[in-house]
Amino acid sequence: MRKRYSMMLSCQQASHMVSRGFDRGLGLGERISLRFHLAICDRCASFKKQLAFLRRAVRRLGSGA
Amino acid sequence: MNDFRSAVEGQRPYLLRFAALQLRDRHAAEDAVQETLLAALAAEASFAGRSNLRTWLTGILKHKIIDAIRRAGSETAREVAVGSDADFDALFDQTGHWAEMPVWKNPDASLEQSQFFKTLEECLERLPAKTARAFMLREHLGFETDEICKELAVTPTHCWVLLYRARMALRTCLDVNWFGK
Repeated sequence: MRKRYSMMLSCQQASHMVSRGFDRGLGLGERISLRFHLAICDRCASFKKQLAFLRRAVRRLGSGA
Repeated sequence: MNDFRSAVEGQRPYLLRFAALQLRDRHAAEDAVQETLLAALAAEASFAGRSNLRTWLTGILKHKIIDAIRRAGSETAREVAVGSDADFDALFDQTGHWAEMPVWKNPDASLEQSQFFKTLEECLERLPAKTARAFMLREHLGFETDEICKELAVTPTHCWVLLYRARMALRTCLDVNWFGK
């Protein structure tokens, strides 16, 4: 079932958008509502930092560490 | 065996582990590594002056892995996706907010520890094969999403779902097995 889309995102919706944002998959409207959510939600902001760290870590795999 | 040959051969176990992580197929991984070692031995001159043999070999291996994924493409397309987003529902409360979200303090210090990468590899090994391939194509090999869709023969939406599942599973796995310890 498709979840209702509104300006107020749940963290679960935001987590999908954060992930898609790492793959340049967000439209302008989504980027704006996500930015709004991240500004008021510490947990999603932490989640985004974790995914950014995951990217740094996986890029280093195999470089001799 | 000359020095170069034995040094290259000495990297075989590492390369095999690296290839197996991404291909999830022992035979395909062995083939990719064998091709890499042969290519490396034939190209000894082009290694001259480079400092890190492992990095150089891994660079060759990445191309062989991409070739292997392409060859396996038709089989991958038939593979049934396992798992669903319901697997992650437990991370959220009933209103869709994070049930908890631990803050990882100074995570980049972990990047200096070989034990961390061992944990990361173990977490990657637990992902379903197709999810792992999509994730490694994106994050390790730097493919764009539309290229991944093509390689794995999936729709863009499915591609994003695979990447989401991989990221959610990996952050949870790292949280439990590394940062939570």
